[in-house]
Amino acid sequence: MTTTSPYDVQPGDRVHRRDPVVVDRHSSFVRVNHWTTVITMLLLWASGFALFHPSLYFLAGLFGSGENAREWHPWLGLVLFVAFYGLFFRFWRACLFAGEDSRWLAGLPKVMAGGDEERLPEVGRFNAGQKMFFWIMAIMVIIMLVTGLAMWDQYFYDYTTIEQKRIMVLIHSVVAVLVVCGVIVHVSMVIWERGTLQAMTRGYVTGGWAWKHHRKWLRELVTGGRVGP
Amino acid sequence: MTNSWTDIKNTDLVVIMGGNAAEAHPCGFKWVTEAKANRGAKLIVVDPRFTRSAAVADYYAPIRQGTDIAFLLGVMNYCIANNKVQWEYVKAFTNAPYIIKEGFGYQDGLFTGYDEAKRDYNKSTWDYELGADGYVKSDIDHPRSVWNLMKKHVSVYTPEMVERICGTPKDKFLKVAEMISECSSPTKTMTSMYALGWTQHSKGSQNIRCMAMLQLILGNIGVRGGGMNALRGHSNIQGLTDLGLMSNLLPGYLTIPNEKEATLDVYMSTRGFKPLRPNQMSYWQNYKKFFVSFQKAMWGSAATPENNFAYDYLPKLDVPSYDVLRVFELMHQGKVNGYFCQGFNPLLSAPNRKKLTAALSKLKYLVVMDPLQTETARFWQNHGEYNEVNSGSIQTEVIELPTTCFAEDEGSLTNSGRWLQWHWAGGTPPGEAKHDSWIMSQIHLRLKALYQKEGGAFSDPILKLDWRYKDPGSPTSEELAKEVNGYATEDITDPNDATKVVLAKGKQVVSFAVLRDDGKTACGCWIYSGSFNEAGNNMARRSTNDPDSTGAYPTWAWSWPVNRRILYNRASADINGKPWDDSRKLLWWDGSKWTGYDVPDILPTAKPDVVGPFIMNPEGTARLFTRGLMRDGPFPAHYEPFEAPVVNVLAPKIRGNPVARVFKGDMEQFGDAKEFPYAATSYRLTEHFHFWTKHAHNPAVMQPEFFVEIGEELAKQKGITGGGWVRVWSKRGSVKAKAVVTKRIKPLQCDGKTVHIVGIPLHWGFMGETKKGFGPNSLTPYVGDANIETPEYKAFLVDIESITGPTA
Amino acid sequence: MANFEFVLPPAPTTNIKVAFGEGDLVARSASSVPPPAKQLTPVAKLIDVSKCIGCKACEVACLEWNNLRHPIGINTGSYNIPPDLDPNIFTVMRFTEWVNPETKNLEWLIRKDGCMHCVDPGCLKACPAPGAIVQYSNGIVDFDHEKCIGCGYCVRGCPFNIPRISRNADQPKAYKCTLCSDRVAVGQGPACAKSCPTHAIVFGTKDEMKKHAEGRIKDLKSRGFSNAGLYDPPGVGGTHVMYVLAHADKPEIYAGLPKDPKISTVVEIWKGLFKYAGFIAIGGLAAVSVLHQVIAGPNRVSRADEDNAKRLAGSDKK
Repeated sequence: MTTTSPYDVQPGDRVHRRDPVVVDRHSSFVRVNHWTTVITMLLLWASGFALFHPSLYFLAGLFGSGENAREWHPWLGLVLFVAFYGLFFRFWRACLFAGEDSRWLAGLPKVMAGGDEERLPEVGRFNAGQKMFFWIMAIMVIIMLVTGLAMWDQYFYDYTTIEQKRIMVLIHSVVAVLVVCGVIVHVSMVIWERGTLQAMTRGYVTGGWAWKHHRKWLRELVTGGRVGP
Repeated sequence: MTNSWTDIKNTDLVVIMGGNAAEAHPCGFKWVTEAKANRGAKLIVVDPRFTRSAAVADYYAPIRQGTDIAFLLGVMNYCIANNKVQWEYVKAFTNAPYIIKEGFGYQDGLFTGYDEAKRDYNKSTWDYELGADGYVKSDIDHPRSVWNLMKKHVSVYTPEMVERICGTPKDKFLKVAEMISECSSPTKTMTSMYALGWTQHSKGSQNIRCMAMLQLILGNIGVRGGGMNALRGHSNIQGLTDLGLMSNLLPGYLTIPNEKEATLDVYMSTRGFKPLRPNQMSYWQNYKKFFVSFQKAMWGSAATPENNFAYDYLPKLDVPSYDVLRVFELMHQGKVNGYFCQGFNPLLSAPNRKKLTAALSKLKYLVVMDPLQTETARFWQNHGEYNEVNSGSIQTEVIELPTTCFAEDEGSLTNSGRWLQWHWAGGTPPGEAKHDSWIMSQIHLRLKALYQKEGGAFSDPILKLDWRYKDPGSPTSEELAKEVNGYATEDITDPNDATKVVLAKGKQVVSFAVLRDDGKTACGCWIYSGSFNEAGNNMARRSTNDPDSTGAYPTWAWSWPVNRRILYNRASADINGKPWDDSRKLLWWDGSKWTGYDVPDILPTAKPDVVGPFIMNPEGTARLFTRGLMRDGPFPAHYEPFEAPVVNVLAPKIRGNPVARVFKGDMEQFGDAKEFPYAATSYRLTEHFHFWTKHAHNPAVMQPEFFVEIGEELAKQKGITGGGWVRVWSKRGSVKAKAVVTKRIKPLQCDGKTVHIVGIPLHWGFMGETKKGFGPNSLTPYVGDANIETPEYKAFLVDIESITGPTA
Repeated sequence: MANFEFVLPPAPTTNIKVAFGEGDLVARSASSVPPPAKQLTPVAKLIDVSKCIGCKACEVACLEWNNLRHPIGINTGSYNIPPDLDPNIFTVMRFTEWVNPETKNLEWLIRKDGCMHCVDPGCLKACPAPGAIVQYSNGIVDFDHEKCIGCGYCVRGCPFNIPRISRNADQPKAYKCTLCSDRVAVGQGPACAKSCPTHAIVFGTKDEMKKHAEGRIKDLKSRGFSNAGLYDPPGVGGTHVMYVLAHADKPEIYAGLPKDPKISTVVEIWKGLFKYAGFIAIGGLAAVSVLHQVIAGPNRVSRADEDNAKRLAGSDKK
């Protein structure tokens, strides 16, 4: 039995009546996509930070030489862009803000400090924090792409003035740092919310996890008939 | 040059007119910057274009090309009117006081004696009035004195007239005239640096004469920092003229006999050079010594007193000269079978390329000796629009003989300042390249062998040519240089003691002072005598020693004549032998002889108030009035170029120079201002050296593509944009070029008409590394200077339009 | 003792300790160097724009000495050929047709453009590759192509728009004038100075060059150029390539020579303040995250949550 799915339900999402209940959260395609993004980003960091500060220049060694780091970095950037936007087009609807998001955000600080999550409104597939991370990353990836292309002298030298090049490189570094900050928060939340990581490793979470953090989504799956053995 | 490059540092005022020293002679131009930096000298540039010389000038004045005489006579008029004349100098050292024959006159642009049909003058009145003693009458106040005639002649060239003819705004002309006139002071000197901007006109010789006259009335000839300084266009073009590589010259400015001079006696009868004033040296009286020594160098023991030193072996001219225009005219008429083209690229460098191509196509054979693959060697090859010929219809056999370039050979180069500088090979010749001397020796030896084997009419000049080289097939530069210097062919004894040998047979002569007309000396080029004597190869000297920093550098290389650095240097001192300027002493009379920093250009014991400084002239003085020595007048007069945007305002009926030679059919090929409204000129760029550098990568990078330069006003009128394509055409041809639109070329107002100038640089062709292009000589007229036939490359008419460029 | 070639008076003859190397570095990109044991005499190239005739001999000499092969270009409507610096040409003439508003006279300004060898080099500041850009105590700023990674940061750092990246090469690298460090190290002046026919380019110690410039400026002032002066811009701590300008009050008329060049504020922020700010932000946030984990403890899913899920999913009814 199927009905029209709510906007934030992904095609592969499914509740399995096991003990404990298992909920399919990320398809293998999404996981591959995500980890591609992660690996690309780590490589970008290594090559980028090698050029960011002399104390990190050793990171260029991962690529064999500074020249290789410089040469790979923009290509990796393109890979990241494609990978990230693979995720983006999959999840952008799910990340549209909903009514409960502002109330969720308002209550967040107390929860972060160790308070009871039951005080927060029920949220869908993604909570407001995740949505914010999603959209901020989406913007920052675009900024990194544009400023990155402007720095890619092999192909785009002639399109900018020297002064623009200077501004571009500054923006690229500032946003790079912001991306790192965003990712730190992202990873730190994954670690803090036990049971989250397996959504990206094995593709499913427990029903309890879904009940606790994304109850609205769980309800949508159940009421939507996405339930199986 | 009367002076030398290094001497320019001594000047107070540099006038660059008829040249573009900074661009065409950048290395020599360093001496201008030295004069500016160390003496505070000023630099004036007068040119149709604001050139790179103008970029570093103190004052720039524009001028329409081909009107230099009007400008310079205007300056003379200014100097005379404002009494800016070095009177002591003029009275003592020039022919200003001499009286000219009755009957001499000038009217409507013509001097007395013009024959329109012959395009020539009867010059009988263009001479001095001689006294009963056979000497020239002298009285500066006489109404027919050179001075008074000259004063009257220049009086028409007022500042207003100069502006009308030249387009030079009156205020700019006056500023230049004022700056120049200041150099009439005995303690201020001006130097004239000129080049092909003056020679390449139908009155080129008179352009130069005009400045020489100005320099004389300012007292600037023979002094440090003064002089008439021709900037020669090639590192050895001075050597070329010195060694007589002109069709009518022998080495050392001796002349080839004409066919009327069938015997040595007849030849010598017009070369006596009897002094025209008492006690003058008239040094050409030694002509016979130089001539006989030359004959001995040519034919050695075959030149004897009995056979008039082989006078008959010399070719005799049936025309005044076989100049480049005449040769290609004859070739065009089908009268030339073969042509040897040695280090010359006439397809690009002679005027009216269409005519050149047609002429070369009529040859049976063409031999090109050159280090590079010249356009001339490939005149038959179709290169699309850049050389549109039908190869199949050309029957000329072309033989290319690759030669070495200067850097692969040893020898001397004579620079503009008459310095013979020895150089050594810096590399070995590539491929099959051979020295020119090897090639020519081989041709000679093979011809000789053919004559010996087969005989032939009058083979003696070839069979008996003196060929005293260790390896007859390849004379060395040293051997040739020693022969040019001269040597004793027999023991020469003391005239007072016949047992005392002063110069043993085979020894090098010390200088031309010891040359003889009895056949006991041989000398290839008398003016070079002393360059390689028993003291060794003086041309190889490299001492930078320069006592008191006069700029003479007397022990650097060797300067002709007899290592003299400044010609007419006796004129640097007054009539009593006292230097005009104590701070710039050059030569002075110490009571018994001449002494100083340079080799005196006078007999060292010649008393200062008796013997004049211009020792080559029978007068002993310099000529403001040249008598009959120039075909187009004893004074310069303004004539328009054959193709001029305006008529001659002084003589509206006269087109061009009235005595310049125009071949049949070429007059019809001149365009007029109605059809071709723009005044074009041609020139070289500093990035280039002749037709060579387009074959060398790095210089080719610097100016890769043919362009023409026009002013912003003309560009606007014609819708031409910088970097866009234009077509420029004259009556004789058409070229396509990139346009450079510049503020450096401005329209001039001449006789009420706006004259736009089109600049067309010369260099590009269809061979080499640069982009293929055209040159100005597809457009230039086929006419030359009235005296020496240098073509009128500098002033002609064109039209211009914007076009869409080639699609490639 | 250096034997700087035969230069005519008044270009100074000079006495410079020439041989220099690693031990004479005062700055090294993306790394530090120990202070050199000795201070070399600062050298300088002086370009007298008022003497320059734009003959491009220096360009050709530079190509020859550096063994560069520049492609044959085209004419784009001016004498500025090649039109710009690039990896195959380290110096170009820039021609400007300028009408002096005071005299109404045309002046053809010809400036030889190339590396200025700043005392405070923006390229070196921006360079991320250790040792790719070095500065010797004689003032020469040189690129080490073994270490250069071709990132183009020097292009952004330079206030004079000088370095160029060989973009089409297999391995891009940054190129610019070396002040002929290889020639100077053996007692010869730069190739451009050697080839300059009018001695518009002279080379010697910086003090001598300044003194020489004084004489030139005096001469120019005597010719009516009352604003003649030396271009040795203090904003970059001075330069080891200096100009004598007839209009030193308006350097920008010489094809955009910057009036008061200094390392761009953007570059200063990027390479200065932001380096620290970035580390602080990342480090701080990471620390806060760890602290949060420790203090707040892990957020675990409880048995009750699982039961609730079961109930919701209906699997408890099975």
